[in-house]
Amino acid sequence: MSDPATAAVTATTPAREEVLTTHDGQPLKKSLARALRREKMRALMLVAPLLIFILITFIFPIGDMLFRSVENNIVGDTLPGTVRALQNWDSLSGEAPGETVFAAFADDMMVAQEEKTHTRLGSRLNYDQPGISSLFRKSGRRIAKMDNEAQVEAFKAANPLWGEAAGWQALRNSDAWPDALPATAISWANFSRFVESDKRGKVDPANEVPYSFTFAALDEDLKAMPPETLQSLASSSNADVAAMFGSLQGKVADIPPSTYKEQFLQVDMDWGLVENWATIKRLSPEFTDGYFLAAVDAERRADGVHMKPENERLYIMLFWRTILMSVMITVSCILLGYPIAYLLANLPVRTSNMLMILVLLPFWTSLLVRTSAWKVLLQQQGVINDVLVWIGLIDDTNRLVMINNMTGTIIAMTHILLPFMILPLFSVMKTISPSYVRAAKSMGATDWTTFWRIYFPNTVPGIGAGSILVFILAIGYYITPELVGGTSGVFISNRIAYHISSSLNWGLAAALGSILLILVLGLYWLYDRIVGIDNVKLG
Amino acid sequence: MAKAGLPVFKPSLTGFVVPLVAALGAVFGFLWGLSMGNGTLGIVLGAVLGAAIAYVLPTAVPVKKTGVLGVAILIGVLGFFLGGAGGAFAGVIIGAVVGNAAYWLATGDYRAGLPPYASSNQVLWHHFFRIGICGFIFFFLIAPIITIIPLSFNAENFFTFTKKMLTLDPEGYSLKHYRDFMTNPDWQLALKNSFMIAPFATILATSFGTLAAIGLSQSHVPFRRAIMAVLISPMIVPLIISAAGMYFFYSRIGLQGTFIGVVLAHAALGTPFVIITVTATLVGFDRSLTRAAANMGADPVTTFFRVQMPLIIPGVVSGALFAFITSFDEVVVVLFLGSAAQKTLPWQMFTGLREQISPTILAVATIMVGISIVLLTVLEMLRRRSERLRGLSPA
Repeated sequence: MSDPATAAVTATTPAREEVLTTHDGQPLKKSLARALRREKMRALMLVAPLLIFILITFIFPIGDMLFRSVENNIVGDTLPGTVRALQNWDSLSGEAPGETVFAAFADDMMVAQEEKTHTRLGSRLNYDQPGISSLFRKSGRRIAKMDNEAQVEAFKAANPLWGEAAGWQALRNSDAWPDALPATAISWANFSRFVESDKRGKVDPANEVPYSFTFAALDEDLKAMPPETLQSLASSSNADVAAMFGSLQGKVADIPPSTYKEQFLQVDMDWGLVENWATIKRLSPEFTDGYFLAAVDAERRADGVHMKPENERLYIMLFWRTILMSVMITVSCILLGYPIAYLLANLPVRTSNMLMILVLLPFWTSLLVRTSAWKVLLQQQGVINDVLVWIGLIDDTNRLVMINNMTGTIIAMTHILLPFMILPLFSVMKTISPSYVRAAKSMGATDWTTFWRIYFPNTVPGIGAGSILVFILAIGYYITPELVGGTSGVFISNRIAYHISSSLNWGLAAALGSILLILVLGLYWLYDRIVGIDNVKLG
Repeated sequence: MAKAGLPVFKPSLTGFVVPLVAALGAVFGFLWGLSMGNGTLGIVLGAVLGAAIAYVLPTAVPVKKTGVLGVAILIGVLGFFLGGAGGAFAGVIIGAVVGNAAYWLATGDYRAGLPPYASSNQVLWHHFFRIGICGFIFFFLIAPIITIIPLSFNAENFFTFTKKMLTLDPEGYSLKHYRDFMTNPDWQLALKNSFMIAPFATILATSFGTLAAIGLSQSHVPFRRAIMAVLISPMIVPLIISAAGMYFFYSRIGLQGTFIGVVLAHAALGTPFVIITVTATLVGFDRSLTRAAANMGADPVTTFFRVQMPLIIPGVVSGALFAFITSFDEVVVVLFLGSAAQKTLPWQMFTGLREQISPTILAVATIMVGISIVLLTVLEMLRRRSERLRGLSPA
């Protein structure tokens, strides 16, 4: 401290410490912060392409699937007018809806059958109300023949403008559209869709008079309208509109009602059933929990959520079976993987590297190759049965059934997933110092005590890591159960695939998939907590 | 061989070696007898032969190699007279096993590697664990793959070994399933598609994945855990869910049933493997090298290609191999996303196995095992090179 140079430094330091600067005069703190920010940005820039790629090609589709499990636009999109008309109908009333609903339904169906969406809607409704799909198909064929001439003629008789495109154009341009005539507006939108689809854009619907269904909607709007509104419409600033509504003043009640209800009941009496309409009404909201309820074997009835009858339950049993079989596969993998990992970890490096090939070769061999190998080996006329018969362990007539059932799935999947158990176990066992075992033995422990009290507890992290990995992989397996599982050895994945490609019930597939995904993500979180995802090692 | 300085342990010949080898001989004799039609006679003859070998061989022929060779030839000739070429083959193997066992037991080699004070129960358990338990599990692991290789050369359309195959009759074998694979247009289309899709998916996955791994290995990355979780997720999410999600989404945007759709999906599935392998290589990467390069005036691009890339290339290549095999093996996603025009080898195998299983599948499977052996070898060489570069032990 007595050194003058040191003293000078100490004297000047406090003043400098406040604004340490870099050579270009920037404060050091700021400069460092900027460098850090730049470094962060650079790291993010490097990660960004892949992150965006994965988000678009993978995460977004998964999100889309989750959304699809609650999405339910089909009823609202296909039957917009019917959904609106059904709002005033009480499904607990015990009576089928009235003419208003049927008129709107006829209108919607006309467009739907033109756009060929009514059969799709029918099959969607069929999940909830068996039998309704044939009603839709049948009515779709007859809808174009339904008739409303009496009503149309009555309007035209009141004022010919009702039958002219100019009149309708004026109406649509007036203030009354669409607030005063809600049903008519929906019907007009339907008519535009119909013309677009029917004439493929060659005809502008704006230059047309709507089809007869729209007159039923108009009739409904007029009958629901208070007289003052009609009065104000009749005194509209547009002369045509004023004339059209003026001609109707006092005559609204005289317009003959449409007869769509009658005509639908002629097509099929089942249109009179309350349940069919209740189903349509129940499924009209944009979102539904129906798929998730179905995925856990429940259903929504008029009086709330109930479990399905015992004999119709399927999915809870399938989930349980999937979990149970995954546990059995995981346990078999532990039992078979532990001795191998132990042997590999305790052999000289050269020998263990040689034997490791026997573990890695199956790991690297195509999944389908291994599955086909098991399919060939486990068949009743396959190699294993042949050998057993040859040795005389079983009779030629009593060959073992080891395929197309649970046994087949468990054997093949244990074989396929075994390397995923051996590799983490091996890497944990490699780190256990042999001196622990020697110390225990030198203090008089028997072989078994040494193993059970000293060695085994040290390998538990490896067992945990391997088990979660195997379990996660097993629970979502599809290919192997599909090929060797028959009917009793299939997993929930196979049911999901069935709903995507065969039954086309995509909503239910999405709901089942979402439940499975949540299960797997939970396990993944656990794995991350225990092992850390950064510690995954391959090969 | 017992170590020098320790007393050489000599087990009793008649009380230990002869009965054990005789028992081994009896097992082989039983199997042989079964194939000839008389199991019991086989047991007796096998036991007698085994006992004779154990009694005479180790004392009469002290050189192990000569002795084992002699026994193998002896039993091989015996097998030839009993069962032709197949019998000779089996005889040579049995002779080698029995001969080795006789020497192993008689010279006391079986105690090598065990402490001299080990009790006989401990020795028994030691060998039972290694030969019995581990041998069985290794057999379980490898046998299914090995079995299909000879079966793929079957001259008949069977999935089991025919009599002619067992007697090593050349007429029992043929290349007809391979010929079918090479000429059948379905299989050829699948082969072509597999080799079209996998490379593109690999290039996409490797380039994006390597960049991201380098980014993630920087010292300051905001939201590293969350980003890592997102990037690894294609490996964790069950394939059926990925397939379902992609199917719904890609059909909305018109990529379902297109080549591009399948390539994008496979690239997404392959990236986690690239990230994991490249990150693992970067852990041992000395950061001062890039600083040194920058210090000497290299711009970041030059630094990357001239300094960093050569060092992490083993990780990148093994990641690329993983991505390749992921796409090459993948079947669930392609089943949903692809149309018939994009069917790949696994797809063709899957439909073949599900509908009517044809032996051509075994030929394809054998070829694919060959491909995996090649990939495994390349990967092992890369691992060694990487360890050498990073100065880790060359073993």
